Amino acid sequence: MPSIFSLPRVSRRAIKVWQRNLDVFWKTWKVNFFPPFIEALLYLTAIGLGIGTYVGAIDGVPYINYIAPAILAISVMNSAFFECTYGSYVRMYYQKSFDAIIATPLSIEDVIAGELLWGATRSVISVAIMLPVLVAFGVISLPFSLFAIPLAFLAGLTFAGLAMCFTAITPSIDTLNYPSFLFITPMMLFSGTFFPLSVLPAIFQYVALAVFPLTHLVALMRMATLPSAGTLLPLHLAWILTATVIFCVISINLMRRRLIV
Amino acid sequence: MPGIIEADDLTKTYNDMVAVSHIRFCVKKGEIFGFLGPNGAGKTTTMRMIECVSPRTSGTLLVFGMDPDKNPAEIKQRIGVVPQETNLDLDFTCAGNLRTYARYFDIPLPEAEKRVENLLEFVALTEKRDVSIDKLSGGMKRRLILARALINNPDLLILDEPTIGLDPQARHLIWERLRLLQAQGHTIVLTTHYLDEAARLCDRLVIMDNGTFLIEGKPADLVRNQVGSEIVEMDNTPDVISCLAEMGVPYESLGDQIQVATGASRELAKTLLDRCKTSRVSTRPATLEDVFLKLTGRNLRE
Repeated sequence: MPSIFSLPRVSRRAIKVWQRNLDVFWKTWKVNFFPPFIEALLYLTAIGLGIGTYVGAIDGVPYINYIAPAILAISVMNSAFFECTYGSYVRMYYQKSFDAIIATPLSIEDVIAGELLWGATRSVISVAIMLPVLVAFGVISLPFSLFAIPLAFLAGLTFAGLAMCFTAITPSIDTLNYPSFLFITPMMLFSGTFFPLSVLPAIFQYVALAVFPLTHLVALMRMATLPSAGTLLPLHLAWILTATVIFCVISINLMRRRLIV
Repeated sequence: MPGIIEADDLTKTYNDMVAVSHIRFCVKKGEIFGFLGPNGAGKTTTMRMIECVSPRTSGTLLVFGMDPDKNPAEIKQRIGVVPQETNLDLDFTCAGNLRTYARYFDIPLPEAEKRVENLLEFVALTEKRDVSIDKLSGGMKRRLILARALINNPDLLILDEPTIGLDPQARHLIWERLRLLQAQGHTIVLTTHYLDEAARLCDRLVIMDNGTFLIEGKPADLVRNQVGSEIVEMDNTPDVISCLAEMGVPYESLGDQIQVATGASRELAKTLLDRCKTSRVSTRPATLEDVFLKLTGRNLRE
């Protein structure tokens, strides 16, 4: 049996699974377009303008401008993570779509790679819908903020891979709640999203930098939207790239182990 | 000429459980080949190995002369699969299902559109082309799955219990279509629990149990060689049993019935009515079901 770190053989046929998911997405585009749009409006108004009134500025940046990139980053995380946990699980287990597809020239590696690409695409779509809202509020700067789009794809792939690892080992759809509540929710709060981690004891920073992909994504998003590229940019980027490769490779191998018997 | 499928010493184990054990068979071009057997006999496992979705544990397996471990995509490009479980894509309509499936086989869109229309007509679902899957009856779903399996115009069609749970009308439609496909030169491999279906459709078949083949041959030959041509049935009473024993006729006792396999049922029935105190004697032709039960026993399976 190949190890979970061995490089999976993915062919260009993976794109057909991506296309299948895109077709389904377009069929219900109205339902799919609304949430990111509303989400951006709600966060900006409630937290940015509401709470922001009391906070004032962080490091000389108005609070609403400070959280704007975090809203994008959280959306990248949620889109890919939930697509590749609940979404993929439903397609795999309830709809038996993967079984149907691997009876064609596609391999299970192609199917999972297509699902991961689709998860990342969901992140890109969310960010693309949110960007105009943030521009309208005047809280991000152009054109550097457009870097958020390729960044959404890369980090979307990180969270898609991470999500698919959980999907590959979860005994049922209910147990997918554990990573959502025990991992995604704390990550959303403690990744330098709504306040700088430096205000907490140092241990929080170390943990966040070590195990929360969102910490690195928020930092990169902030560099793009303020804009203020810092010296840590290559490090954050390297962390995300490495994590993406590791998560995606492991998730494909775990899925193969689960489905090919 | 080499066969479409050639298996030798083919074995599949799941952890410690042996699902298929050292089977050997060859499916020739253009024939309908059946796998029969009780639940858990290893039929579906064998299908899945041929379909390149379940790797074999040992032995050799060649499909179109290629190894499923080495050339799965090339093999799968040329086969059509009707799985036991209905796994249509619930997010699409009937036509959408076929169109999406066509894309997995790299069939260009204009050609795919043409095939979708033809296949919907072939399985009598043209009127349902834009209907979503959850609005279809069980029979319609099975027919759509057959259409889906044909989208790549496969050289080999693999059907795992194609008519399971269908009404007689739908079963007859599927049988008729399968014979038409055979006439067009497709090779067909199927599993079924319906022995009348196997007897009607299969040129050759195997009966499996516990992962091995019990017997292989043409349906009519199997019936003749294993059971004889006819069966005489009568009520199971002590009088009948002692009478048969007296006459030296071998019989089988099945619950409230006694069965005697014979080549001359009319004469035997007459003798039995004359000599034994039995109220009811009936005769019927022997069927594949008699062979099946003789070989696999009457114990209930999983």
